[in-house]
Amino acid sequence: MNLAAAGHPVLDPTLAPPFPQAALPVLRNPQLRKNVAHAIDVIQAKRAKLVAEKADWQELRSAASAIRDHALENLGYYLEQFEARCTAAGGVVHWATDAAEARAIILELLRQENASEVIKIKTMTSAEIQLNPFLEAAGISAYETDLAEIILQLGDEEPSHIVVPALHINRSQVREIFARRMGLKDLSDDPQALTNAARTWLRQKFLTIPTAISGANFLIAETGSVVVVESEGNGRMCLTLPRAMITLAGIEKVLPRFQDLEVMLQLLARSATGERMNPYTSLWTGVTPGDGPERFHVVLLDNGRSSILASSRERQTLKCIRCAACMNTCPVYRQTGGHAYGSVYPGPIGAILTPQLMRMQHAQSLPYASSLCGACYEVCPVKINIPEVLLDLRALVTDQERGQFRRFLDPMYLGLRIANLIFSRAWLFHAAQFFGRIGLRFFTRKDGWIHSLPSLGAKWTQTRDLRGLPSQTFHGWWAARGSKPMKEAK
Amino acid sequence: MRASLFITCYNDTLYPETGRAVVRLLERLGVELDFHPRQTCCGQMHANTGFRGEAFSQAKRFVRLYQDAETVVIPSSSCVAMIRDQYPMLFAEMGNETLRNQFAALLPRVCELSEFLIDRLGVEDVGAYFPHRVTYHASCHGLRALQLGDRPWRLMAKVRGLEQVPLQNLDRCCGFGGTFSVKNAEVSSAMLAVKLQDVIATGAEYCTALDNSCLMHLGGAMHRQYAGMKTIHLAQILASTEASPAEATL
Repeated sequence: MNLAAAGHPVLDPTLAPPFPQAALPVLRNPQLRKNVAHAIDVIQAKRAKLVAEKADWQELRSAASAIRDHALENLGYYLEQFEARCTAAGGVVHWATDAAEARAIILELLRQENASEVIKIKTMTSAEIQLNPFLEAAGISAYETDLAEIILQLGDEEPSHIVVPALHINRSQVREIFARRMGLKDLSDDPQALTNAARTWLRQKFLTIPTAISGANFLIAETGSVVVVESEGNGRMCLTLPRAMITLAGIEKVLPRFQDLEVMLQLLARSATGERMNPYTSLWTGVTPGDGPERFHVVLLDNGRSSILASSRERQTLKCIRCAACMNTCPVYRQTGGHAYGSVYPGPIGAILTPQLMRMQHAQSLPYASSLCGACYEVCPVKINIPEVLLDLRALVTDQERGQFRRFLDPMYLGLRIANLIFSRAWLFHAAQFFGRIGLRFFTRKDGWIHSLPSLGAKWTQTRDLRGLPSQTFHGWWAARGSKPMKEAK
Repeated sequence: MRASLFITCYNDTLYPETGRAVVRLLERLGVELDFHPRQTCCGQMHANTGFRGEAFSQAKRFVRLYQDAETVVIPSSSCVAMIRDQYPMLFAEMGNETLRNQFAALLPRVCELSEFLIDRLGVEDVGAYFPHRVTYHASCHGLRALQLGDRPWRLMAKVRGLEQVPLQNLDRCCGFGGTFSVKNAEVSSAMLAVKLQDVIATGAEYCTALDNSCLMHLGGAMHRQYAGMKTIHLAQILASTEASPAEATL
């Protein structure tokens, strides 16, 4: 089935339609746009208030940026240190070069546990490797335990945000999904009632399923610990009740020292949910007899990350701590929501991360899904210069495409090549202005405005007019007035 | 004080009245202006679309034309941001030692109009008269890249007759983004619609800015929608006096 054609969002970058096309169903959906704008406006306002109360916010950002830079510059060293310390504490570390390998490792571990069901703490990395459908096909049911992920799973929906994945769904829609899937006909849309329904549904999973999968917010090299931050306590349940735990983490998640959490945790909750501290911060190191899972595995996932690491300018992409502040502030995301990005990583960070994870072979429209307004860079707690990376990636995409035969007569490529020629000689520029003015006269109405243009110009005039070209350019005026300064009327 | 005016390609072609206003304003303040007739474009459109080689050739041209200028004044915040933020990388990657040195020497002498007025000339009251209700759109490049801060408001505060109307969600982009407005025309239009709501809600007579590209976007939609508001570059407001009112944008 062609999901995109059926209007269902496709979050696989190898299959998703280009951003401008994928954005259309959302732009035509007032309810969805309202849900997205309302949700991020609420988070944004909370964030702004809490950031304002930190006098040392900029210093914290600089410290976090330095910590992440250092970790990435010495990533091999810190990953090996993590592996050694985690192993010494009774954990088992696995290395996966790509999504297929990570899925195979996890399936094998679940088979060793004789698991037919598994409970999950929210992990976008598992969505990146499309773990749930893979496990389903292998006969293993994966149950999400994060409230938003439950909504998505039961509603057959896709995540549209990395921190608040069901942000595009409002509570009356949640009520409908729960009522239908949990068989609760009389469920109200009161948040308390909805939470209770989820809690009852979850409790039975927690008590009967002895195997869990988590992601990781951070890996601590110094101690071999894994850190998960969450708001609902479902993570804490998954970390205490099951007998076996499998953690899937991107290789970039490592922090050198335990003390680095001091900086990171102050930034993360404020940036992500607009809270001083997230309600639950779980840290665990290997296994502890009589306390929590008896068997613990960490799967370290590369899946394109080391190729990003290789570029000194684009490496900063991997500094991301997945707080989503960039998407919450992004004026593009505010209109389109997350699905248009065709990836589990939407928004500005997704626009730079996804094409790079795809080694620039897919998702080439994403670096252009930005007006370069710079709001993302301003809020990023680890100072990723997203506009700079967007520009670098645009240059890479252009270099890929410009040699292609089908691009030769593409109006954008043709137009920019001609513009370059024109800008390189003043007389050509002036001639182009002259002939442009004559040409545009055919499109200029009596009121002096252009209401409709052909080709690429139609993209402009579909929603805006354009003032017709004035009869005299500035340089023409300057030449005509001579070298005399202007006379000011008294 | 001497200054050389870089008018930019689109102001030269589409908004010559802004250039004339800059000339009138700066000459009134005693600045001796010159204008290189061979100037064209800073290369921003090419750089922002991924055409780095082309952007580099415009950047080289800019540096060659202006290397001897005492100060370069540019009435377009995004073009100044292009020169400050992107030229260093272009020259580092593609330029030679001579070019890099020429650029390094020129860069501190390149400034945006409001920077020139406040930081170089040290004036806030430029003797302007503009008896209208005006709201200011803080273009993203002026706000975040150039960090213009309160400069535009300080200038507007001294304009006699001008009533400032604050704009909600001031830091939100209007959705122009250069070729973004064409490559992602529908998303750009959705952003524009939201921005325009805030702008129209001010009830101002004019929406002003230090960048005609945002104003072309906002003004184009205002005209399409018969919105009853006009756009005007801040230079035109500052050039306006009781005796010689602003040449209103059509």
